[in-house]
Amino acid sequence: MSVNNTRMVSFDGTTPKARRLNARQTQAIAKATIWAAAVLVILILFAIIFYILSKGIPELDWEFVSEIPSDMGRSGGILSPIIGTLAVTAVAIVIAAPLGVGTAFYLTEYTYEGGITRIIRFGAESLAGIPSIVYGLFGFIFFVIYLKLGWSIVSGGLTLAVMILPTIIRTSEEAIRTVPQIYREVSLSLGGTRWQTITRAVVPSALPGIATGVILGIGRCVAETAAVILTAGSALRIPTSIFAPTRTMAVHFYILAREGISMERAYGTAALLIILILLINIVANILVNRFVARGR
Amino acid sequence: MTPQAKIAVKKLSFYYKKEQVIRDLSLEIPANEILAVFGPANSGTTTLLRTLNRLSDTIRGAHMGGEILLDGKDIYALDVSVTELRRKVGMVFEVPTPLPMSIYDNIAYGPRMRGIKRKKALDQVVEKALRMAVLWDEVKERLNASAMSISGGQQQRLCIARVLALEPEVILCDRPCSGLDPVSTAKIEESLRELKERLTIVLAPHNVQQAGRVADRVAFMLMGSLIEEGPAADVFANPKDKRTEDYITGRFG
Repeated sequence: MSVNNTRMVSFDGTTPKARRLNARQTQAIAKATIWAAAVLVILILFAIIFYILSKGIPELDWEFVSEIPSDMGRSGGILSPIIGTLAVTAVAIVIAAPLGVGTAFYLTEYTYEGGITRIIRFGAESLAGIPSIVYGLFGFIFFVIYLKLGWSIVSGGLTLAVMILPTIIRTSEEAIRTVPQIYREVSLSLGGTRWQTITRAVVPSALPGIATGVILGIGRCVAETAAVILTAGSALRIPTSIFAPTRTMAVHFYILAREGISMERAYGTAALLIILILLINIVANILVNRFVARGR
Repeated sequence: MTPQAKIAVKKLSFYYKKEQVIRDLSLEIPANEILAVFGPANSGTTTLLRTLNRLSDTIRGAHMGGEILLDGKDIYALDVSVTELRRKVGMVFEVPTPLPMSIYDNIAYGPRMRGIKRKKALDQVVEKALRMAVLWDEVKERLNASAMSISGGQQQRLCIARVLALEPEVILCDRPCSGLDPVSTAKIEESLRELKERLTIVLAPHNVQQAGRVADRVAFMLMGSLIEEGPAADVFANPKDKRTEDYITGRFG
């Protein structure tokens, strides 16, 4: 690139004093900066995960996952928090996923952009920014006390459902919007009704994106502490119905660490939490890929 | 001309919001012929095609005046089933538009929506449609392959086959060969010529030469108005209107 290396000469024959970076140098610097940012983020992430897993995995054994906690969690296992986590999350997803995905389809396929859609979208965005403890307080006042559901799996699940609804709506909406308009036109022009067009032409293409939204929602449910502790309680018994109080793993972890009961057990719980989220992600990805592969 | 036209457009006007894109257009389209509606960009050919199977309904803020009759019946009448109309009047789009599924599923898409579920019946429909679009021999070994994996020309013939699977009476082709190489274009033109034996084709060709090669009748549009219409040979040999002549001879456009 000899052109870039020739010295810049002004028309009057003098060399300009302040040399600006040429395009290749700018490119190199930009590349290095972006690389550094990415590497740094990945390093921090792995450092955290590695730290927790290295402290927590030694705690994991069959007893840890198969027995309920005893002595406030100092010994025994964490079977009841595991069940509690799965139950509360399941209730939340069963309620939030259909509502959220339905809302997203309404916003994208059944209305035109206008006042109502803007209000719904603004509402969803505002809800997404509210701290989870506020949802907890709302859930406590509305579900636990007003609806007399008490500290229970339902109260916790409903509260989490409200909390993750905006996430699911927004991600699903984005996913549906990226489906090319021509797919809809093709389906309609082949004599499809609007509903057939949505279920047969739009959903298959939007599904991976929708699933991502739901998985994000699951992740937030599993990790949530503040909203759950106020609505599902912190009981250590194995719940016998969805109206029984329970304790999720995140709450268990919080109590173990906060009250200085057992840091080792807290790390064990955290490690299992990370592994659980990883498993959920992997399984969901496999399911989505299988569905998508059927079509392509 | 046949006693009753397959499609009769009467005093059609079409507006996007306030902009008028079709002006007081009347046109009769005889059965079993290829009519090429051509004109420079923005002359309203695409819009005209879309009004013929009511795909224009999906455009927000658009409104129209006039009538369109299919076999003498107003397709915009309240008791008309839009889905049934679109089954009868199929559309092939400007770019190949396979849906992201297998070749087989693309062809079976329309029939399935009409409730045909039996595998044997679908197999027959798929084979027949692909044969009519002169694509069967090229894809019969890989019907389950992705429709995205075949060439652009094959994809466009797939789209024609997909429409044929619904046994339509009319096919609307909106510049079906733009972006395709001459060989693919020739194959599509060949299948169009064969198809007119059994149905009616309205084609917006991507250039005048294509109109000359395949059309029985031609209609020249400019700025939303119909300038001249008639048998292809007559219009190309003796254009009555100066603007048609200028366009055909390449003096503008």
